[in-house]
Amino acid sequence: MVIRIVKNFFKRVFSNIFTGKKNLSLGFYGPPNAGKTSLANRICKDWTGEEIGRVSKIPHETRMIQFKEKVEIEYKGKKLTLKLVDTPGIATRIDYEDFLKFGMRKKEAQQRAKEATSGVIESIKWLEDMNAVVVVLDATENPYSQVNITIIGNLVARKIPVLIVANKVDLKKAEIKKIEAAFPEYEVVGISARYGTNMEEFYESLFKLAKKI
Amino acid sequence: MSTKDRKLTLSFIPYSDIEKLDSMKRVKKILDVVLKDRIVILQGRLEATEEASLIQSTMALVGRIKNFRGVELAVIQGKNEDNDFMSKVRIRMARALVGDRDALTIIGPAAVVKEIKKDPSKIDLMLKR
Repeated sequence: MVIRIVKNFFKRVFSNIFTGKKNLSLGFYGPPNAGKTSLANRICKDWTGEEIGRVSKIPHETRMIQFKEKVEIEYKGKKLTLKLVDTPGIATRIDYEDFLKFGMRKKEAQQRAKEATSGVIESIKWLEDMNAVVVVLDATENPYSQVNITIIGNLVARKIPVLIVANKVDLKKAEIKKIEAAFPEYEVVGISARYGTNMEEFYESLFKLAKKI
Repeated sequence: MSTKDRKLTLSFIPYSDIEKLDSMKRVKKILDVVLKDRIVILQGRLEATEEASLIQSTMALVGRIKNFRGVELAVIQGKNEDNDFMSKVRIRMARALVGDRDALTIIGPAAVVKEIKKDPSKIDLMLKR
């Protein structure tokens, strides 16, 4: 029994040394509708075959923190075990009337707005529990929004490593260069979470990010 | 003023007014003005963590205060890229000593400000009719 425990201990220690295996909380942060859940779903589907949450064209579809534990990713012989934390989009304003444009009834829209405001508060609370964060931005939108700057500023203040993802590169309006110009100190990876475009480069950057922890 | 005209009030908060306040009081001072449907022009900027607290406090008020839907927020700051090394050091030291005063923070209630469009050199304030 003792021999088996010792053997398992050494196996665990040495396997971590040689494969670089880590177990870390990886947060997905960003404004609403940037594709945080789509990216988390893509990663989950790639490595576990399951999804983490529902996606929608209506903003604030994710209104509660969603998790996926023990997602094991392998890249060039190295392994990462991640706890994926998909967070509600951070916004400075939430107006239920915006949801009415999507054909929602008033009561339903008001309830969605109420849940969305709690979601924003939760997202910010969870920031300090992250080991690393992927900031997901919509590459078709202006990156100079104060929400983006505030999220990244908070990660810097907490010394949490950041990777910026420019999502929706499959769309004509996408401008990765604009995001790179807005955040020149960070690595920016352009992907399409919906179609799985450029995920190889994303995983490579993810392993680089894990090294900074 | 005709009945169709709509008044827009800008409230200027000099940095000296918030300098000695703790983070919670700073956020409260700003929100107190915003809740009067005024646009705040703050000299300087809040810390990143204070900006996050401002967003949290704002979200906590949405739905609790009638017709309050949140805020629009933007910070403009001059770029110091062309400065030499010593100038950059001086700027950083000054910020550490007296706070970040060479920025302007604009915070408007969402009921008044539809959107703040920002690019590095300008800010467009889109107002609600």
